[in-house]
Amino acid sequence: MRQEVIISGFGGQGVIKAGVLLATTAMTENKHCTHFPSYGAEMRGGTANCSIIVSTDEIASPIVNEPDTVIAMNEPSLDKFEPKLKKGGLLIYNSSLISKKPSRSDIEIIAVPANEIAEQIGTTKCANMVVMGTYAAKTNAVSIDAIKASLSVVFAGKDKFLDINKSALDEGAKLK
Amino acid sequence: MGIEKYKKGTKVLIKGNEAMAEGAVRAGCRFFGGYPITPQNEVPEYLSWRLFEVGGTFIQAESEVAAINMLYGASACGTRSMTSSSGCGISLKQEGISYIASAELPIFYANMIRGGPGLGNIAPCQGDYFQATRGGGHGDYRVIVLAPNSVQEMGNFPKLVYDLADKYRIPAMILADGLLGQMMEPVSFDFDWVDISKIPSKDYILNGCKGRERRVINTLHMDVDVLEKHNWHLFEKYNKIAANEIRFEERYTDDAELIIVAYGTAARIAVDAIVKARKEGIKVGLLRPITLWPFPEDVVAKLAERVGKILVVEMSLGQLVEDVRMFANGKSEIYFYGRPGGVVPNPEEVLGVIKRAMKSNIKAGEFCHLKKL
Repeated sequence: MRQEVIISGFGGQGVIKAGVLLATTAMTENKHCTHFPSYGAEMRGGTANCSIIVSTDEIASPIVNEPDTVIAMNEPSLDKFEPKLKKGGLLIYNSSLISKKPSRSDIEIIAVPANEIAEQIGTTKCANMVVMGTYAAKTNAVSIDAIKASLSVVFAGKDKFLDINKSALDEGAKLK
Repeated sequence: MGIEKYKKGTKVLIKGNEAMAEGAVRAGCRFFGGYPITPQNEVPEYLSWRLFEVGGTFIQAESEVAAINMLYGASACGTRSMTSSSGCGISLKQEGISYIASAELPIFYANMIRGGPGLGNIAPCQGDYFQATRGGGHGDYRVIVLAPNSVQEMGNFPKLVYDLADKYRIPAMILADGLLGQMMEPVSFDFDWVDISKIPSKDYILNGCKGRERRVINTLHMDVDVLEKHNWHLFEKYNKIAANEIRFEERYTDDAELIIVAYGTAARIAVDAIVKARKEGIKVGLLRPITLWPFPEDVVAKLAERVGKILVVEMSLGQLVEDVRMFANGKSEIYFYGRPGGVVPNPEEVLGVIKRAMKSNIKAGEFCHLKKL
């Protein structure tokens, strides 16, 4: 098993953190993993993305050129990474913030209204967990339960958001 | 004192820069002096709180020049000390490193290389190979250079760096790049927490001369005979290091018809390319120098005699290849593939290069990063 994923959005959407959560979960499942972030100098705004590789075999190059999955949280991310997707790959995009439709027909596409779902749960800040739920349920790269177990490691000291994040993962999983 | 953050052998997911910083603390680092620069900022950021937990000292200096001279002082007092920077900051520290090399003091410094020359950019690069392996500063001196290729090695090498630096009384460094610094991978610290009270006492440090002869640490030797003698003493020491401390990794070299020589990030890219090539029946192997100085010269010489083609892959414009060419000594065809300026090559392009090198398909005068030397 090998999954190469790019999660992309604007700064503040938690795309880097979602990637750390994925990699941490893979580690707890004794898989190999790498996480490489790319972002500008801004604390909020700007663009941010991260490349994650999860594999049952050793990972040599940590660079993702042709992802199996792209998770696009805003429109510039869709524009940038949809063309890079592997043929037959999976595109999960945040339809709350992306009004246009993806253009490729040789990939699998799931539209997730992540911000709307997140808002219903309690805060748009957990939109990143919604798409993670969809991703995990769809690909089985890691299990939802294992992600939930990793939440308290990745968001150490923020236990009050634990239930919200778990709900967000579950709601996202329903959209697989 | 001595709060062990991670148990030996426990896997954690952290950045390379953080792994190196924690590895340094674990190995006994109790002084850090530095100045911020991307892509190594997680090192001072981490140590700015971490060193206080273990009773150490962290100083954000007013400049790189000040920082390296703080290490000169800290090391002269017997403290395991550290600084880190990226290429442009290391350039500023070279004067101090030369002094420390002459004074024969052990320090640990790290260069997370970014694109250069000049201010360059903040992307991963290997353009500081010459700067690291040729000493970098003025005068006849060497430093030990270790090149990790994973977060795991970033975490474990600081212990090795300090042990070698202490053993030979020499500056020793980790040379990596922005990718190894910023990337997260699982790491487990493989060595025991170093109790600094048990590090063997050093008979050259300045710790108060009450009851003993005073000691002097000095690098000014106006008498040419004295300075020549000092240089020959350093020379002997460097020979001893070269005889004993070479480290490298060989993979798939037994049946290889082409050997890639690469270190750090470039070596990881190369492994993917090699696996792809082998799936197509092309027998390629890897030599990864782990110590860039001392360089695994005998290994290169032996491989050059046995294997017809050597391809050097580096994220720079022909630096590592000079060493490979020197020690291959005409025994093998040498090919060079480099991507400078912060570009990380991808495995597919390296695979393409492998195929062309196998066919010796390089045209004279062709504009190409690939060059037959």
